[in-house]
Amino acid sequence: MSSDTEGPATTPPVLSLRGIRKLFGGVVALADFSLDLHAGEIVALVGDNGAGKSTLVKIISGVYPPSAGQMLIDGQDTRFADPSQAQASGIQVVFQDLALAERQPVYMNLFLGREAVTGPWRRLDRRRMIRESEALIQGLDIRIPSARATIRELSGGQRQGVAIARATHFAAKLVLMDEPTAALGVAETMKVESIIRSLRERHLAVLLISHSLDQVFRLADRICVLRRGVQVDVRPTSRTSSNEIVAMITGVA
Amino acid sequence: MADASGALATGKRDERIKDISFGARLMRRPELGAIAGLVLITLAFLTMANSTMFTLSGVITFMSPAAQLGILAIGAALLMVGGEFDLSVGSMVAFAGLMFGACLTALHLPLWLAIILTFAFAAAFGALNGQLVLRTGLPSFIVTLAFLFIFRGLTLVGLKWATGGSTQMRGIREVVQGSPLLELFGGEAFTGLFEWLARIGLIDAFKNGQPKVTGLPVDILWFIGLAILATYILTRTRIGNWIFAAGGDATAARNSGVPVNRVKTALFVTTACCAALVAILTVLDTGSTDARRGFQKEFEAIIAAVIGGCLLTGGYGSVVGAFFGAIIFGMVLIGLTYTTVDQDWYLVFLGAMLLVAVLFNNFIRKRATGER
Ligand SMILES: Nc1ncnc2c1ncn2[C@@H]1O[C@H](COP(=O)(O)OP(=O)(O)O)[C@@H](O)[C@H]1O
Ligand SMILES: [Mg+2]
Repeated sequence: MSSDTEGPATTPPVLSLRGIRKLFGGVVALADFSLDLHAGEIVALVGDNGAGKSTLVKIISGVYPPSAGQMLIDGQDTRFADPSQAQASGIQVVFQDLALAERQPVYMNLFLGREAVTGPWRRLDRRRMIRESEALIQGLDIRIPSARATIRELSGGQRQGVAIARATHFAAKLVLMDEPTAALGVAETMKVESIIRSLRERHLAVLLISHSLDQVFRLADRICVLRRGVQVDVRPTSRTSSNEIVAMITGVA
Repeated sequence: MADASGALATGKRDERIKDISFGARLMRRPELGAIAGLVLITLAFLTMANSTMFTLSGVITFMSPAAQLGILAIGAALLMVGGEFDLSVGSMVAFAGLMFGACLTALHLPLWLAIILTFAFAAAFGALNGQLVLRTGLPSFIVTLAFLFIFRGLTLVGLKWATGGSTQMRGIREVVQGSPLLELFGGEAFTGLFEWLARIGLIDAFKNGQPKVTGLPVDILWFIGLAILATYILTRTRIGNWIFAAGGDATAARNSGVPVNRVKTALFVTTACCAALVAILTVLDTGSTDARRGFQKEFEAIIAAVIGGCLLTGGYGSVVGAFFGAIIFGMVLIGLTYTTVDQDWYLVFLGAMLLVAVLFNNFIRKRATGER
C-alpha cells in the first residue's frame, strides 16, 4: 500500500482518508483505503465496475457512514451524519446517479437545498435563481432548453451538465465527480475537462472518477487504482503509463 | 449526444428551443383539472338544480361541508406532494374530538387549554406516524392504515369509558359557553357586516330587516385562510421547495442537502393538526362528539387532493387544486338535494368524478410535456 509523499507539507491536506473500510452485509465494498488530497490537486480514481469507487464517494459525502477508518477535513477529524453536513464543509458531489429531482425545474435543482430567498418573509427569489442559473448554464456551454425546463424533459447528457454546474458552482473546498462525462458528447466532454482544470486554478481539490484513461492522463496529478475494494496503488501521473494502470486495474501483471 | 457535436460555437441558445408560451404554461398547472371540473359541475347544477342553490345561503350551505373536508384535503395535498399518505386522518378527527371533549367535560379544563392539548396530542401522533414511516421504511400507506383502525378503536373504547357506556359525548356547548375563544373556533364571523349588507339591500333580508344569512361560518374562513397559507408555503418558500423535492425523489433531495426526514415529519404533524382543527370546529358546532366522526374522510380528502392534481407518486400537486376539489365535493353532496335526483347517486357521482379528473389531469400533463 502506498502512502502519500507528494504535496506541500505546510498545510494539512484538504481531505485525508485513513484506513476507510465499508461493508455491505457480507460484501467488502472497500477494504482499507487511505489517501491525502491537497488543495489545487486533481486525483483520479480508477477501477472496474464494482471496484468500490462510488462507495468511496458516498462515504466522503456523508451518504454512508464508513464501517471503520478515519476522515480528516483540513486536518480535523470529521464524521458527516448526512450530505447536508458535507456540503456545509464545502464539499460538492456529482453523483453517478445524479441526485436531481425529476419533476423540478433546472434552476430549482441547481439551488436545491440552498435556495435564494428575499425579503423579511424569506420568499423564494425565483427570478434571481433563474437569472443565475442561465448565467451558469451559459458558462458551462451545456445546451439546456431553459432554466425553467423540468429535469425529466432533459437528456442524460443535459442532466449531467446540470449536476456538474451545481457542483462546480457551489464547491468551496473539494469536488467529487463520479463519472461526470459518462453521458456527454465530444464537445461537452472537452468543456467539462476545462472546467475541471479551472477548479484546480481555483485551488480546490478534485477527486475524479473516470473510465477514460485518456481523460485521466490529461487531467490528473495522481492516479489511484482500486480493484475489488482493495486499493492497489497511488501513482503520480508523470511516473506511470496507461499500460501500467490497465495492468493494475485488471490485476493481470 | 451525437446532435451536440456541432455545438462547439455555443453560448448561444439552442435554436430548437421555443419559448414556452403562456398558454402552454397554463396547461401545465396541476390545478387546471379541478378548476375545469368545478366550472362543469357548477354549470350542471345551474341547469339541473333549484335556483336557490346559488343564492348566498345556498352557497354557504354547500361551502360548510366543503370547508371541513377541505381543511383535511389541504393537509393531505401537502403530504402527497411530499410523497406520503395519511389514511388515519378520518379516525384522527374522531380521536381528537374525543380528546377535546374529554378535556372539557371530564377534566373541566378551560377551552383554550383544551384546544392547545388537542393540537399537541394530534401533533404527537402525527410525529409518531412520520417516525414510524421514516424509521421502518414501510410505506406510509401501511403504517397509517394501521392507525386508521387503531384511532377509530381507541375512540370507541375511550368514549365508552369517558361517558359510562355511550358512544356519544354530549353537553360540550354548555361547558364552553361565554368563552372568548369560541368566536375563533365556532359560530359565525362578520355578523355586523352581514347585518349592514342586509340593511342596504345587498343581501336577502327578512321583513324585520334581519339578514337571512347572519354571518360566515368560521370553518369557511379557516378553510380559505389555511388554503392561502399552505399555498404560500408550498410555492413561495424554501420549505415548499423541499416538500416538492422530498416527494419527487427523496434520495436526490437528501443528497442535495434537503432535510428530508424533518420535512416529512412536519408534514405528518400538519396533517394530524388539520384533523384536530376539524375535530374542534365540528365538536363546537354540534356541541357533541361521537365515534363516527370523520368516517371515511381520509379517502375523501385524498380524492379531493387527487382531483386537485396531486400525483400519487408525490412531487407534484397543488393546494389550490385540493381547495377546488373539496368545493366540488361539497357542491355535489349538497347540490343533489336541490335536484330531483336520488341522493344516493352521490357516491357513484364521486367515484366517476375521481376517475374523470385523474384521466383528465394525466391527459393534460402528457400533452403539456409531450410525453405519451
Ligand atoms: N447500497 C449497497 N448495498 C449493498 N451493496 C452495495 C451497495 N452499494 C454498493 N454495493 C456493492 O459494493 C461494491 C462496490 O460498488 P460501487 O462502489 O458502486 O462500485 P463502482 O462505483 O466502483 O462501480 C459492489 O460489489 C456493489 O454491489
Ligand atoms: Mg460507480
